[in-house]
Amino acid sequence: MGETSINFAKASSAALQDQQLRGNFRRAMDGLMSKRAVQFADTAEWNGVRALGASVRLRALSKLPELLEKLEANCTRNGIQVHWASTTDEANAIVLSIMQRVNAKLVVKGKSMVSEEMHLNAFLEKHGIESLESDLGEYIVQLDEAMPSHIIMPAIHMNTKQIAHLFKQKIKEAEYTEDVAQLTDLARRVLRKKFATADVGISGVNMAVAETGTLCLVENEGNGRMSTTVPPVHIAVMGLEKVVEKLEDVPPVISLLTRSATAQPITTYVNMISSPRKEGEKDGPNEIHLVILDNGRSGIYADEELRNTLRCIRCGACMNHCPVYTKVGGHAYQAPYPGPIGSILMPQVEGLEKRGELPHACTMCNACVEICPVKIPIVEIMGRLRSEAVHPGDAVRGAGSHASKAEAMVWKGWSMTYASPLAYQFATALLAKLGNAAPASLPLLKEWTNVRSKPRFANRTLHALAREKGIPDV
Amino acid sequence: MSESRNAILGKLRAGRDAHPLTPPESDFAVLRNKRWEGAERLERIRRMMEAVHTEFLETTEVDWPADVQAFLKAQGTRNLLFGPATEAGARLSSEWTEGGPELVPYADRVETFKERLFDGIDAGITTTLGAIADTGSLIVWPTPEEPRLMSLVPHMHLALLRADALYDTFWQAMTENRWADGMPTNALLISGPSKTADIEQTLAYGVHGPKRLVVVVIR
Ligand code: SF4
Repeated sequence: MGETSINFAKASSAALQDQQLRGNFRRAMDGLMSKRAVQFADTAEWNGVRALGASVRLRALSKLPELLEKLEANCTRNGIQVHWASTTDEANAIVLSIMQRVNAKLVVKGKSMVSEEMHLNAFLEKHGIESLESDLGEYIVQLDEAMPSHIIMPAIHMNTKQIAHLFKQKIKEAEYTEDVAQLTDLARRVLRKKFATADVGISGVNMAVAETGTLCLVENEGNGRMSTTVPPVHIAVMGLEKVVEKLEDVPPVISLLTRSATAQPITTYVNMISSPRKEGEKDGPNEIHLVILDNGRSGIYADEELRNTLRCIRCGACMNHCPVYTKVGGHAYQAPYPGPIGSILMPQVEGLEKRGELPHACTMCNACVEICPVKIPIVEIMGRLRSEAVHPGDAVRGAGSHASKAEAMVWKGWSMTYASPLAYQFATALLAKLGNAAPASLPLLKEWTNVRSKPRFANRTLHALAREKGIPDV
Repeated sequence: MSESRNAILGKLRAGRDAHPLTPPESDFAVLRNKRWEGAERLERIRRMMEAVHTEFLETTEVDWPADVQAFLKAQGTRNLLFGPATEAGARLSSEWTEGGPELVPYADRVETFKERLFDGIDAGITTTLGAIADTGSLIVWPTPEEPRLMSLVPHMHLALLRADALYDTFWQAMTENRWADGMPTNALLISGPSKTADIEQTLAYGVHGPKRLVVVVIR
């Protein structure tokens, strides 16, 4: 493993010891799963809208370069300025140059996973610009100087008590309270002042419509609308896969997104933005910029199988249903995208040297594949990435970086043993005799046995037992 | 940065052309077949929106300005932001009587009006283009006469809904009215007052946008 490799195993075993954290996640995930199931109780409807959603995403991917060009042309015609960034550094530089031109000191942000990918807040702070998260969950996480632990509910790892203490400690005018309505109202008061005075608003994009040059954002709080309407400049950042072909493609995707994400038939607001303030209009930003980010996505797109990763609509349902994520929580992944989608996306974006462990954070139970609203074959991609990690190649950055001679030899020995009846008989007979004698404290065995009892080998092999019953070996 | 543009598009093109992708047909029948009969639509809209704390005020074409005024007076609302240049706005200003909440016109650019908007306005009233039965959503297209912030910044948003302007689905509303031929600066669906569940999944209303949404149904 490379030295920059991120240690999931260590972080997750620490998370597993944290009973508070496990309780917070268990409660939240159980609630989300059962509520989502109610939204999709009508199986025929679920199958229909899911097939439609998947087809919309696949159609968009089938014409991706053309649709991006069309999006650019229509946005430009509408007065939205389009920028392209190959890397997150480049995207940050674009955002910064806009800020510097308008002499921005304060930025309010709506929720955007791409901006997390860019580490935009830290970057702007470094350049003396205050960048304030305005989604309540993101605001909490930012106050706590932490990372979001879920792509839809960033502060899901914390309970009310923890948030109450945080507010008391970090917000000047705060009185200690565990009343959620009062905590929410406090954030409202603090952030309203910021919306009114911010120089720039930054948002993500849930979907960009090529046909009309429209940016679609869904949200419940109104902070997205504030961030995209009040400040004189709006900058939207999006991953290049977020484009859809037609305006009529939007309703099915939104329906799948909001029901899968938070079990709502629709979010409070669906905000469709097609142009900056026009002549005669009294509010809205005078400038809108759209930053289209690649950051490895064009490489993912080149591979027929891995390309399916780009169908994702970022609903988070795969996390809520994942037996690994629901136990270790989001922080163990140390990535902007945790859970199953993170485990397949991060290694492709940041390379297998650094993220090669993540495809192993999976039991291959297929729960994510069953609920993914756009039918991404997550588990197949997981398997593919495991294989890429140990076989040199050029489909994924860092392919082969996790190759281990010892592991390769074990597999080789295993396959030779299984290929020869004689070797197989010998090996099983040997293990039946010696297996129980091996101490539980052997280096590799220990990882298993220090939390579980060591399995006992039977005295006689299955073959031997079968022979006794008169079933001949083939 | 057009260098990046060309590099990205070039890479995407090469990738796609090496492995073209044939997507399955998009069958919109699942949306096309979602239908509700006459009165059912409004009932459903009301039920769904009330479930997320929306309030309803039933009135008529003749009475709505007076009913709105009486409602706001009873709530102790100090003032109401409105668009004076719309038909609805004209009726409000001509039929508003002394002693009720103050009518405040959104007449100038927000730059001259921001402080009052954020600090001194209790309620705002806008028209809608109708509502959607499937999800319980209002369709709102802000205009120069009814700017975007009217339905967002005041603590209470009143939305006028004509009882005959109802659609089955979002998809039906946009396809029948050919939205794709010309989208406005901003188009919105609004399905309740602002809300959040970011603190331990406990629902709280009125986080950044309006704390209350009142649908004024005009029959
Ligand atoms: S992979 Fe599927 S389930 Fe997971 S976030 Fe993306 S769309 Fe949702």
